[in-house]
Amino acid sequence: MTLFLRQSWAIAAKDLRMELRNREVISSVGAFALIVMMLFSFAFDPSSNPEARSMSGGLLWIVYPFAGILILNRSFGRESANGCLIGLTAAPAGGGAVFLGKTIASFVLLFTLEVASLLVFKVFYNVSWTGSSATLIAVLLLGGWALASTGSMFGAVTANNRLRELMMPVLVLPMVLPALIACVQLTTLILAGEPIGESFIWMRLLVVYNVIFTLLGATLTDFVLSS
Amino acid sequence: MTDSAIRVENVTKFFGDFPAVRSVSFDLPRGAVLALLGRNGAGKTTMLDMLAGISSPSTGSIEIGGALNDVDRRRKVGILGHGQWLYDDLTATENLEFFARLYDVAGAAEKIQGWLKDAGLARFHHATVGEFSRGMRQRVAVARAFLHNPEILLLDEPWTALDDRAVEFLSGKIRQAQERGCTVVVCSHQLREALEVATQVAVLERGRLALFSPNDAELRAAPETLYQRIS
Repeated sequence: MTLFLRQSWAIAAKDLRMELRNREVISSVGAFALIVMMLFSFAFDPSSNPEARSMSGGLLWIVYPFAGILILNRSFGRESANGCLIGLTAAPAGGGAVFLGKTIASFVLLFTLEVASLLVFKVFYNVSWTGSSATLIAVLLLGGWALASTGSMFGAVTANNRLRELMMPVLVLPMVLPALIACVQLTTLILAGEPIGESFIWMRLLVVYNVIFTLLGATLTDFVLSS
Repeated sequence: MTDSAIRVENVTKFFGDFPAVRSVSFDLPRGAVLALLGRNGAGKTTMLDMLAGISSPSTGSIEIGGALNDVDRRRKVGILGHGQWLYDDLTATENLEFFARLYDVAGAAEKIQGWLKDAGLARFHHATVGEFSRGMRQRVAVARAFLHNPEILLLDEPWTALDDRAVEFLSGKIRQAQERGCTVVVCSHQLREALEVATQVAVLERGRLALFSPNDAELRAAPETLYQRIS
């Protein structure tokens, strides 16, 4: 493993270890996701209203980005105590490794949330994805990475800003919108049991989005942290 | 290959329109200990941040052990800054392991155990740093700065809030580093401690280098005369 990847993994492992120790993000986003899905299930009553299934992808992808913002805010927020961000900047890791490490840690937490809330969603909405599990997991992975990489990029930009927690959703959500639209389209088809067919173009969009924003994030974070 | 450990050439740093450091130049030979002194707001911390590669000069150049590139410079430097840069939710061992990975330190586990023993913190290895006193945290921060055997040590107010034992621990580590050829820059308001270890003295005044000279016995005996030399 190259030094760059070892440094990135060290940063990700440190963030995950801290989260496992105090569980401050997992518990709050878990509660948020559960409450929103419960409220939606009362509002749309999916057991008696089959139309609700056509909205299921949209409902899930309302929960993920807002829960994701909570995770992403905390990612660089961890570095604000004791001037730890300066410690990271002073180390020979480079902004690219910091970006990748932060993205990996946020992605692991986001993906855990996605899988856990999908299981709860299955119970509330009586949906099934048998036969499309691999495609659904691919959508969750690509959508999770899109949120984590875009959020980490703006996390670095706003790291020293007093209004960081307010600015994150304002900056991240419009930027990640193309990826979210792709995720909604694909998830809705999968949960409705329909073939992906021509909508596979949304999957390609997700891949291209992730490649662009991962490269952009690594470059921009390096510039932001060094200036 | 240059003989200078640190070469600063005509460095200026602006924050907006405000020049925090103005046209500073100096050469520091390998193995020297520089006491970088000055009143509050003189530009000491800004200068130290630029030496560490944390921020870049607006104009001028800084060479650390022959390296001009920021990442190469950071590899050669150990820094003890205003903040301790430790994670409260991790233990002292976990904090040091994390920084050892960032600096790619070989044989990190043994070195960390040795440092914790030296710092008198071996029996607290299960406690998180958040539970430590200020002095204990500063000792962990000292270990973090020295862990990768840096060629250059940059210490910003290192004796602040330390008890006698911790001051002795830190001063001993600075002397050991100097003996193995390490170059040290110490920013401090504590003139007596700084001049005791320094071989060179520099004073910054409103961002300008007002004095750069070898330390002498007269100054060590009467540190309060330092600012009279400038005026």
